[in-house]
Amino acid sequence: AARMFLRLLSDVRWQVANPKWRRMTCSWRSTSSTAEPHPVSLPAQAQVVICGGGIMGTSVAYHLSKMGWTDIVLLEQGRLAAGTTRFCAGIVSTARHVSIELKMADYSNKLYQQLEQETGVKTGYMKTGSISLAQTQDRLISLKRIASSLNVMGIPCEIITPKQVAQLHPLINIHDLVGAMYVPEDALVSSANVSLALATAASRNGVQIHERTSVSHVSVQKGCVTGVETDRGQIQCQYFVNCAGQWAYELGHSGEETVNIPLHACEHFYLLTHPLKEPLASNLPTIVDPDGRIYIRNWQGGILSGGFEKNPKPLFTEGRNQLEIQNLQEDWDHFEPLLSALLRRMPDLEALQIMQLVNCPESFTPDMRCIMGESPTVRGYFVLAGMNSAGISYGGGAGKYLAEWMVNGYPSENVWPLDLKRFGTLQSSRTFLRHRVMEVMPLMCDLKVPRWDFQTGRQLRTSPLYDRLDAQGARWMEKHGFERVKYFVPPGKDLLDLDQSKTFYKPDWFDIVGSEVKCCKEAVCVIDMSSFTKFEISSTGDQALESLQYLFSNDLDVPVGHVVHTGMLNEKGGYENDCSIARLSKRSFFMISPTDQQVHCWAWLKNRLPDDSNLTMEDVTWKYTALNLIGPRAVDVLSELSYAPITPEHFPSLFCKEMSVGYANGIRVMSITHTGEPGFMLYIPIEYALHVYNEVMNMGQKYGIRNAGYYALRSLRIEKFFAFWGQDLDAFTTPMECGREFQVKLEKGMQFVGQEALLEQKQNGVYKRFTMFILEDHDTDMDLWPWWGEPIFRNGRYVGKTTSSAYSYTLERHVCLGFVQHFDEKTGEELVVTTDFINQGEYEIDIAGQRFQAKAKLYPFSSLFTHRRRKDEVELSGYQRE
Amino acid sequence: FYLTPPQVNSILKANEYSFKVPEFDGKNVSSVLGFDSNQLPANAPIEDRRSAATCLQTRGMLLGVFDGHAGCACAQAVSERLFYYIAVSLLPHETLLEIENAVESGRALLPILQWHKHPNDYFSKEASKLYFNSLRTYWQELIDLNSGETTDVKEALINAFKRLDNDISLEAQVGDPNSFLNYLVLRVAFSGATACVAHVDGVNLHIANTGDSRAMLGVQEEDGSWSAVNLSYDHNAQNEHEVERVKMEHPKSEEKSLVKQDRLLGLLMPFRAFGDVKFKWSIELQKRVVESGPDQLNDNEYTKFIPPNYHTPPYLTAEPEVIHHKLRPQDKFLVLATDGLWETMHRQDVARIVGEYLTGVHHQQPIAVGGYKVTLGQMHGLLTERRARISSVFEDQNAATHLIRHAVGNNEFGTVDHERLSKMLSLPEELARMYRDDITIIVVQFNSHVI
Repeated sequence: AARMFLRLLSDVRWQVANPKWRRMTCSWRSTSSTAEPHPVSLPAQAQVVICGGGIMGTSVAYHLSKMGWTDIVLLEQGRLAAGTTRFCAGIVSTARHVSIELKMADYSNKLYQQLEQETGVKTGYMKTGSISLAQTQDRLISLKRIASSLNVMGIPCEIITPKQVAQLHPLINIHDLVGAMYVPEDALVSSANVSLALATAASRNGVQIHERTSVSHVSVQKGCVTGVETDRGQIQCQYFVNCAGQWAYELGHSGEETVNIPLHACEHFYLLTHPLKEPLASNLPTIVDPDGRIYIRNWQGGILSGGFEKNPKPLFTEGRNQLEIQNLQEDWDHFEPLLSALLRRMPDLEALQIMQLVNCPESFTPDMRCIMGESPTVRGYFVLAGMNSAGISYGGGAGKYLAEWMVNGYPSENVWPLDLKRFGTLQSSRTFLRHRVMEVMPLMCDLKVPRWDFQTGRQLRTSPLYDRLDAQGARWMEKHGFERVKYFVPPGKDLLDLDQSKTFYKPDWFDIVGSEVKCCKEAVCVIDMSSFTKFEISSTGDQALESLQYLFSNDLDVPVGHVVHTGMLNEKGGYENDCSIARLSKRSFFMISPTDQQVHCWAWLKNRLPDDSNLTMEDVTWKYTALNLIGPRAVDVLSELSYAPITPEHFPSLFCKEMSVGYANGIRVMSITHTGEPGFMLYIPIEYALHVYNEVMNMGQKYGIRNAGYYALRSLRIEKFFAFWGQDLDAFTTPMECGREFQVKLEKGMQFVGQEALLEQKQNGVYKRFTMFILEDHDTDMDLWPWWGEPIFRNGRYVGKTTSSAYSYTLERHVCLGFVQHFDEKTGEELVVTTDFINQGEYEIDIAGQRFQAKAKLYPFSSLFTHRRRKDEVELSGYQRE
Repeated sequence: FYLTPPQVNSILKANEYSFKVPEFDGKNVSSVLGFDSNQLPANAPIEDRRSAATCLQTRGMLLGVFDGHAGCACAQAVSERLFYYIAVSLLPHETLLEIENAVESGRALLPILQWHKHPNDYFSKEASKLYFNSLRTYWQELIDLNSGETTDVKEALINAFKRLDNDISLEAQVGDPNSFLNYLVLRVAFSGATACVAHVDGVNLHIANTGDSRAMLGVQEEDGSWSAVNLSYDHNAQNEHEVERVKMEHPKSEEKSLVKQDRLLGLLMPFRAFGDVKFKWSIELQKRVVESGPDQLNDNEYTKFIPPNYHTPPYLTAEPEVIHHKLRPQDKFLVLATDGLWETMHRQDVARIVGEYLTGVHHQQPIAVGGYKVTLGQMHGLLTERRARISSVFEDQNAATHLIRHAVGNNEFGTVDHERLSKMLSLPEELARMYRDDITIIVVQFNSHVI
């Protein structure tokens, strides 16, 4: 959680002893009385223009200049570090749920620690440690999960008792606590000064910094950034970086070409007090009390305490701009629950005198994760914003990854969870953002349990069957704005309320999904999978085939009617996308990708396909409803509806045919199910969707057909060891590392992206290996369930993390998928992972600190699944994201 | 035997329901902000019913309370059906046609009403088909009658009331092959119910009343004080006009027997009601229906009993009196309640209690620390006190609950006496009806910003 975004009203030290810097900017002591505000004129051109002089902008400038890019101009509409950054000199906290966020925070902490020495600017860095309190057992589980992650990252961290908490902090009331997590290396800084230190270093490296210069819009030609218009003139540039914080959305909308940056501001309150009679020590640990929704840190002998209330107040929906954040209205009644929580936690503070209640806006994103990366529509337009109250914790790491991205073309870690391209235009509606951030901000303190779904901004993209499925008891989740069925609650049965169903243990839908899985295995189920991204690529000549052969790793020069599973790899051989491509005709291809690939894959292909008017690519996602018919009786249902022979001889596995289903013609039927079970995907032009669905359900009745949802699908695919992109596979995973060499045609007679890297891996071996784990001594009813991100131990030593997990109703065991690495016992160096290494080890999976024995497998079970009718139906791919 | 305050609360709150008209971004464009409703039974089972719904094909919201007698069957049926009759009466010709066509071709119907129901407010599943067919016949007739004129709300309300009563009567005469339904329609027709219904559309408020439930407007005077305006007349012996009307409708020879002991024919308190075919059908018809009816009906002394001096039926009508009122900014709320409330409380007190309750929930001045020396403890005390004031007297979140608490628990000084409240609520079932009647209340809050 991001409660660490603390602002300090501390004396921001403007007087920096750096003559060069002072020459280049106007005056850092800029006050309103400055007679001539802009003595230095703007350069006519630069390689990079960064907009925003807060922690993000200065960090990007710092890291770019360190990597050797120095032709950089940083523009700030007010003064450096005077926006949200000025109020936040908060806590640098590494206790994060998402691994990439954890890495960013860890890097930031290490960077800030040495920054004063590097730059000579006082940063106020103080290693205080932080204590996250648990008032409930569930909260403690949540903290233990984080602790497991921190420990394997080498960040000191321990779960402590309430008594130990009292020893670490004199003021805390521990009577309602069940435990806590102590992270001794977390720190406090003066965030404005950190930002200034970064600016100082950047400036020394040649970055030009101009204050009181505001960007009006970004100029774009042929989809590329060409320059920036400011109130002081124009700058031509190749790269633009939008670090405008809560104004990033507005700035994105001001240009000729809109760049959607979905974030929205909310008011945020914190309290400052006068010093205690006996002033608090400056190294006293920071307290985070998520159940009380508050954080408390020492501040100039007194305390600073704020929180994330249940009823946040969004603002600036209409896009009001202002130069620097003035303090908004204090609202004590609004702050009352947080004040109560504070006094409950530290009753002795009653007599402490109030200095101020600060109200400072803060930007939040639709999924609680920050936004970075290049715009899918404008090349050279980069973004880093939307920190969800954790700007100071992420600042260093986020700036580093973005700088790497710009300089190298890719960052050094998988940042897909933060990539701007995970959003589409649909998340940029002001109303959507306003409503969603009102849900997101309280979530900062809410328990993070598996399978959480957002409740606001829903029912945006739906299948034409939505109402029909809903009436049959469908429970919904959302992916990329698209409503998808989790499972169907049978009539007469009711599940727990939303809040009560939050659990780390066996969920209440266990039996419901179990019966859907059973039906998939024994009869036939239908799952609406319309959310999948669908592109059609065609050409007048061979252009389509040639381009795709280059961009995809498998051989696409297959006979018409064949379906090919293939990766879309980057130069390093990593998966940018994992998809199925059907060859519809000699010159046209139908490509199916995961739902959240809609923006990313489009941008990737657009940027790489030749600019040839004879080659067209169309996004046809909205044109087709996709029904997945899974199960041994799917073939019977389909053949009765189509009067066409669908036996394996006529319709082998991985085949695609246009045929009629009922009265509807032109249905694309593919013999894949993304689960390894027999069955078919039906791609139906949407106007026929209801008809085909009705026909399938009517005809299926005698074969025991029923509706099923994604949870059943997930269980099926994980027990079959199918990886999916975005969860198991990412840009840092190659086919060689996940047992998919057979989906790569290294010898297809022409070069393709990633080929060299794969050849090298083939020769030298891989450094991580996708492995399946069956939990052995895990009690499904009593024990904590695995989720993802659990550390894997081999012979007692950490070797990697899980990426997804599910209960297998067939094996009656939990299955976890994850990557195993091989670290040298002495040096920690990464070594090649061999099959023997995997097979000759005793494995354990760590779930919230408790280790369970696991059996490792490199290949899926085959004998266990007796329902398979044809051996050649085994389909070795799947990419459903949960 | 003594109930603790939490026990009292759980009894009082068991049937409470609140509905807030959804607002968009803090903006509410409806003239109704929302409503609170609640009911407290004295009979077992309770004979009162309540309904609330938003019209989906026309504008406006419908709210009503229904007081049953001789059983709850009639009140139940009216609470399920009346709003559909009203909504259909209000529909323009084209919409009626569209709906009829949809039914004809088996397509999905346009939804007509969105109900706002407490989980205890049930609809009879068994009778829905029967009710639907009657309703369909009604709209088919409306289609045939197409007058081409725009529907007048007052007329629509009167037509709907009369038509539903007529259908109740007809269904009982025709009977149903299904024995359960057959018995049901007879029970509905032989029991009775009063109805007090409000239709709010923008500033236009219509009250249609049949019987002795009552609608009352809460008005805030310029000096902030509260006053009550009646928007309905009780149809009972205390209402001279009603007595006069009944006398006009029957020969002079019956004048003395018409109203005895303040009751119609010496039997019935309300002078207008749904059902109660004993006061509407001819003696022959009553006998024929009872004799051919199921045994349960024949065994029932009440149904077989013919009122004395029964010469020129019908003596009773369901036709409502409709009052139209244009809402003004000072009109803050509307109270619809069955006679159980009005028996115990004067309308002036009702206006004051609800008025003070609703405004108490509202704003207080924001506080600022400014340059003062304030400690965290002091500030916390101040804030909790403000919150306590906001989160309302006696922990009520619902104006109707608040009113019931006063109606049942008020002592001679007009304040709630917990001991009295506890006693009244712990009366055994058979005694409860002696001390109090079923109470059903709906408090509708208006949106002064829109009016």
